[in-house]
Formats: sequence, structure tokens, C-alpha cells
Amino acid sequence: MDNVKHLRFDVAVVGAGPAGISAALAAADSGRTIGLIDDNPAAGGQIWRAAYNSARLSASSIWFDRLNKSAVQIVRGARVFHAAAGELAAESDDSVIQISYGKLILTTGARELFLPFPGWTLPNVMGAGGLQALIKSGLDISGKRIVIAGTGPLLLAVAAYAGKCGAKVIGICEQTTRSRMARFGLNMMLIPGKAAETLRFAYELRGIPHWTDCWPVAAFGNRRVETVRISRHGQITEIECDYLACGFHLIPNVELPRMCGCGLRDNFVAVDEYQQTSVPGIFCAGEPTGIGGVDLALVEGEIAGYAATNWEDRAKHLFAKRARFQKVVRILQDAFPLRPELKNLARPDTLVCRCEDVPHERLCEHTSWRAAKLHARCGMGPCQGRVCAPAAEFLFGWQIDSVRPPLFPVRCSSLTAIPPHSAARN
Amino acid sequence: MSESVAVRVNGKIVTVRAGSTVAVAILASGATCRASVTGQPRSPLCGMGTCFECRVTINREPHRRSCQVLCEANMEIEANG
Repeated sequence: MDNVKHLRFDVAVVGAGPAGISAALAAADSGRTIGLIDDNPAAGGQIWRAAYNSARLSASSIWFDRLNKSAVQIVRGARVFHAAAGELAAESDDSVIQISYGKLILTTGARELFLPFPGWTLPNVMGAGGLQALIKSGLDISGKRIVIAGTGPLLLAVAAYAGKCGAKVIGICEQTTRSRMARFGLNMMLIPGKAAETLRFAYELRGIPHWTDCWPVAAFGNRRVETVRISRHGQITEIECDYLACGFHLIPNVELPRMCGCGLRDNFVAVDEYQQTSVPGIFCAGEPTGIGGVDLALVEGEIAGYAATNWEDRAKHLFAKRARFQKVVRILQDAFPLRPELKNLARPDTLVCRCEDVPHERLCEHTSWRAAKLHARCGMGPCQGRVCAPAAEFLFGWQIDSVRPPLFPVRCSSLTAIPPHSAARN
Repeated sequence: MSESVAVRVNGKIVTVRAGSTVAVAILASGATCRASVTGQPRSPLCGMGTCFECRVTINREPHRRSCQVLCEANMEIEANG
């Protein structure tokens, strides 16, 4: 039934966020054929979501403009579900795409870490970035009461954005301590180019309460969230809201790099100074190599793009710039470590795996992620553990060790389109 | 009138800004996206195609992630009530 397409690129880039766009453009300087493959309806990744067709964001519009004028072939709405040596398979709405490549650059970005607490499965409890993505996708939140919770700089960005879009942001619940938060602000001011951004956020967030040492304990509501109970400096308060936007910073999307055989270091993709992974010819840039934000992603992408097209001297010129932004990685690590109290939010009946509705008490019976999967079906649903595995890693200290094809649920016809020699590898 | 697009969510006409995703139309309609395996109502969590909580049936095709699909005129969306 499905149409099978074949594409061949000298350099294939997976993920069209800032790192992917910058990698593709740098690689395109060589005159080779470049493919930029992305799952979303438009390029831009999460930070530049829905900015592709609007001129509002000037930083991104320069990149989109360059991309449109380049020879880079963009393959939108295609999610890569399989990888073998020199080959990828992706599925789109109406076809299976077999992609062969000479070099591969993985710019798969990051996702939010979600931690279970009673009520976190209620409709309108969503990620902080999740709410922002939905607003960018057209959700009207004017006049809505929003509580933003969790940890990390994304909370500030989302609060500022939601406020600009007309929401009533009741408060930001930041689990880290007041002193770590203050140090974060100071450290960011010292990074060239980040001071203006930090001050802009401070200005945009004026009037929005920002509570440190504060986290959600439970959410309540009939069919959707109506009240959130928060702990703030040890005191419990209840707040009425229309949305609870809650995310505990970011975790890297390393599933595809792992399927490609790339080695990890501390849960991130290990790369050398040219952004090359442990697999020769496969490069990685942006959040999968360390959570450092858009500026670091852009420069890492550029280095990867040049290195993948044998332009090492051009790549080398960017090392100093990268080093400057790499400081952000350590600043973020220092500022937003998760406090142990968050491990105790889930009650016995709180669901951890939302796909298979597996409660916390069913996981307590097991001693490993693998056992929890086999016996409780945790992580066996459509998201394939993308939500619950990182939570289980934090809650139970389990090592999450398996990545299997297909990387996403796909149509049977897509599976049968994979050449047998390549399917057999895994 | 190209600035808005009308779709049907559980038979009810919902008008959203052009370029909106199906998830947005569902939230605007007041419906939730899916019923979980134990029957709980669910709506988008991640907003970026990772969590699969926003799955609905679009034009009779089940298991579509509504946060990754743009609304098109006259789309028929079947979501959890």
C-alpha cells in the first residue's frame, strides 16, 4: 500500500532544529548533496517551532532564510525508525523513505524530563515546553490561569512566552534552591552574549512570582486539572489553575544515536573535538552531546557540518566559540540538580508508565528496568519508554539499556519495506 | 478567510487559526484526546510527538499524533469525549 521512496545524500542530517539547520548549511558549503530529515510538520525544532512561517523571531529567520536559499533538501514529516550501516528508514504520512548516506549527522535534540506525582496524568497537566509547543501550534491561552513548575531555565522562557500570549501566569515553582538560582543568574551574565538575554527575561518576568525550593505535590480535577498542590519552603499551598505546565529540565534524545552504535558518556553521546561519535563518519551535535542551549547547538552543528565534509580547518576556527558556550552546560548542571524529595511524590497507585497505566507499586516489585518491562509492561507502549524510562531511572536508579528497532511505532508496511539484510543486523 | 480553518471534532465544527495542529483543535473543542488502557481521559503532555498521549483518529486513520498534524479543512477527528 505504502509508496517506497529512495533518497541518497552525501550527508544526511537527522533533526531540523538549530543544530541540524546549522550542520546542514555548513555541509552544503562543500557542494555535496545534503538531506535534512525531520519528524515535525516544519523545520525549526522545538525552540524555533512554528517560527518557520513567521518573521517574528529574528534570530531564527536569518537561519530559515539561509536554509531556503541553500541546496539542502528538507524531508519534513518523516520520522526515522530504523538505522543500519549507511542506511536509515523513515516513515511519513503516505510513504516509507529509505535513505542512504555517506556521512551522518545526528541532531536529535532533547525532550523534557517528566516525573510522576498524583494527578500528573490529568488533561491540561503538560510539560512546560509542552505547553509552549502547543501555544506555538495555535493554542489560545489568553486569560487562562497557568502554574509553571519543575526546574530549569525553560520554566522562565515558558512563563515569559505564556505571559506575552495573554495568559495569567500565577507563579513559577522552581525546585532548586534560592542560592543555586541566584548563582545561575550571575553565571549566565558572565557568558558573552547571554547577559542581554538574561536581562530581557528578568524584565519580561517582572510581576510573575518566582518561588524557589518549590515543587508540585499533587494535581486535582474532574476530567482536567483544576487545582495544584505545591510545597514551598516546606509549606503546602493549593492553587487553582487551568493549566499546570511542569517539566524537570531536559534529557537528550539518544535513541537513534544508540541504534547507530554511537557510544555514550554519562548518558550523552560521546564526541571528539570534531563532533564525531565513536562510529567513524557519524557525527552528533546539539543537546544529545550535552544540554547547552541554542547557541551551543548552532556552533556544534556548524563544526559537525564542516567536519563531515572534510573541512577540518573551518571547523577548527569554531572551537573557541564552542568552548565559550560549553560553559553553559556546566552552569546548568550546577544550577538545577533534582532534589531527592521528588523521588517521593508518587504514591503506590500513581501511574509511572502512562502508555500501559503501570502504577508505582508494580515497579517497586522489580529490581531492574528490564524486569519491570517484562513483568509489568512498563515502557512497552507506543512511546517506548521515552516518558517513563527516564523517570524510572531517577526514581529507582535503574540503568536503561535497551534500544530496539523500530524506534517508533510504525505501520506494518513500513517494516516490510526494510531490506532483509539491514533488518537482520539488529 | 484563509486565516482560519474549520475541522470536525467528534462531529462538532471547530474553527482554529490556520497552521494550528489537530491537538489544538481538540483542546479548543473541549474534548480530551484519548482514553488510556484503563479508561482515563488523556491530553497532550509533551507537545512534540514523543509521548503519544495525543493520539486520535484523523480521517478514519487511528493512532495519529495530533500534535504533529496540521489542521486541514473538513478534517474528521475522532477524539475521546
